[in-house]
Amino acid sequence: MKITEAFTLALKNIRTSKMRTFLTMLGIIIGVMAVIVIVGLGNGLSNYVTESFSSLGTNTLTVSVSGRGSSTRNVSVDQMYELVDENSEYLEYISPTVNVSGGVRIDGEQLYYTSTTGVGEDYFKIKNYTVASGRGISFGDIDQRKSVCVIGAYLNDTYFGGSGVGETLRVGGRMFTVVGVLEASSSEPEEGGTDDAVYIPYSTAARLSGTTINSYTITMRSEDYASESKAVLEDALLEIFGDSDSYSVISMSEMLESMTSMINVLVYVLAGIAAISLLVGGIGIMNIMLVSVTERTREIGVRKSLGAKERYILEQFIIEAAVTSALGGSLGIVLGYGLSAIASTVASSAIGSSFTVDPGLSAVMLAFGISAGIGVLFGFLPARKAARLNPIEALHFD
Amino acid sequence: MSALIEFQKVSKIYKMGDATVVAANEISMRIQKGEFVSIVGSSGSGKSTCMNIIGCLDVPTSGTYLLDGRDVGSMNKNELAEIRNKMLGFIFQQYNLLPKLNILENVEVPLMYRGVPRAKRHELAKAALEKVGLGDKLRHRPSQLSGGQQQRVSIARALAGDPAVILADEPTGALDSRTGREVLAMLQELHNQGHTVVLITHDNSIAVEAERIIRLEDGNVVYDGPSDAPEAVVTARKREKGAVGQ
Repeated sequence: MKITEAFTLALKNIRTSKMRTFLTMLGIIIGVMAVIVIVGLGNGLSNYVTESFSSLGTNTLTVSVSGRGSSTRNVSVDQMYELVDENSEYLEYISPTVNVSGGVRIDGEQLYYTSTTGVGEDYFKIKNYTVASGRGISFGDIDQRKSVCVIGAYLNDTYFGGSGVGETLRVGGRMFTVVGVLEASSSEPEEGGTDDAVYIPYSTAARLSGTTINSYTITMRSEDYASESKAVLEDALLEIFGDSDSYSVISMSEMLESMTSMINVLVYVLAGIAAISLLVGGIGIMNIMLVSVTERTREIGVRKSLGAKERYILEQFIIEAAVTSALGGSLGIVLGYGLSAIASTVASSAIGSSFTVDPGLSAVMLAFGISAGIGVLFGFLPARKAARLNPIEALHFD
Repeated sequence: MSALIEFQKVSKIYKMGDATVVAANEISMRIQKGEFVSIVGSSGSGKSTCMNIIGCLDVPTSGTYLLDGRDVGSMNKNELAEIRNKMLGFIFQQYNLLPKLNILENVEVPLMYRGVPRAKRHELAKAALEKVGLGDKLRHRPSQLSGGQQQRVSIARALAGDPAVILADEPTGALDSRTGREVLAMLQELHNQGHTVVLITHDNSIAVEAERIIRLEDGNVVYDGPSDAPEAVVTARKREKGAVGQ
């Protein structure tokens, strides 16, 4: 007997009991569907995070200086610029960053969600922000601690009717003149987002908030040398401070990496839980196959009396279980893709930017393979029971 | 000349709990090629055991069973399956057709296990069904046919592989007397064509259709001879009377 005939036979048996087959498959269908959607969501999340990070610039290093308590030993802005210059084979741009609290006021209205940051002249290059109208922050502004600012698209559109250059706003009670407007970074600028921001010269910001400058954003020439670039900075800072607790250097690409690996762990755990339902589905198949063997005892007896060897009966039942399971797997894949498409739409509209739930071909192939494998695995026990039936007893079974 | 079927002191002993049941007690018999033989006996006489052994569904506990000169007792399960497939054609009381297959596919089953290619299988099965007068119902399911027609399908199935022995186990048991007679006539016809037919029954009136009767009682052969000899039936009547009197 050829294997193709066993397949034909299996399909014939499945066709004659559609409802039962469907119910048997249900566990596999749900399991495969769940695995596909979860892996898809994980991939989507991972891509989303990667994109978000690269918009922040994965080629950036952030240096935070905490100093040594009351010690006078510290690093000046000029030292930092020098440091970047000296290591120009790894490092490109640097900008101090100073977070200013106290809120922004426009025409007497207090804006609570708007962020104000003191930055250097290269900051917009580092962040890949484009000045849509007016100009950016210049060295002159910093040198003279001018009260000028560059604003995000949200503020420009919402409060200045799209022509904010030349207008004024207040930060911490001080009046600033808008000299430039940035291009929107997202399609729908919103309150509290990256486009709801005010940038002022870092020197002005430091004086305004009465702090020293202790945070820097630095870009690398190439992301491929992330660890070397980080090491260069750390070595130089260690020399200055003589203590590695006084500063920290964070690499965005490293953060992205640890973030992605965290997401992956999460996805593996969730997919593992979903895979349990595949196991349950497999047990369901085994259960039904055992019932089926009992029901078809007489058929097995007849087949044996007509000359079926044990191997043929074994093959017949294993293939039937595998086909049932693989069919369930296929249905699960189709449904999983459908659900992924729906999830993509829902998630995209919920977070307001593109979010694609895509499990990828390898995950789908794996899910299909596992479901067929489960059929073989859980079909084996019932099939062996069938194959070993005594033909005389089987023939007289009612 | 060696017989097609030869029993040499064949015994079959079953263990049922602590008790042992001797279903066949050193039975010896020979059936030649082309014979039409009835193995007759009441329930518990050992005729079913004989049929299982002849049909290679079971092996003797002791003694030797030679089928066409080959010792069946020493064969493993796979070899037995192969012998059943090639040498034997079964006709059962309950027809035992596979309900999910149409009758053509039913007749093809033993040919499929033999590895006959699809087209050839088709041809052989169709020819066998035509021979039993069902050539126009090839695509029917067994459940769409009458009992007599179903039994004819099972005859076709037994016949399709051109087996050495046709083994009929109470073939008329589930049929009314008229269709029963038709089935017997068909077996007679097969015998006339040169097939070896072994008929297993409890019914004397059916057993006499064969040319030779082997009567079993409590696992022993009590008569082995022509079916038209007076003792073949008389013995039986005596014994049946005796049984009633008990």
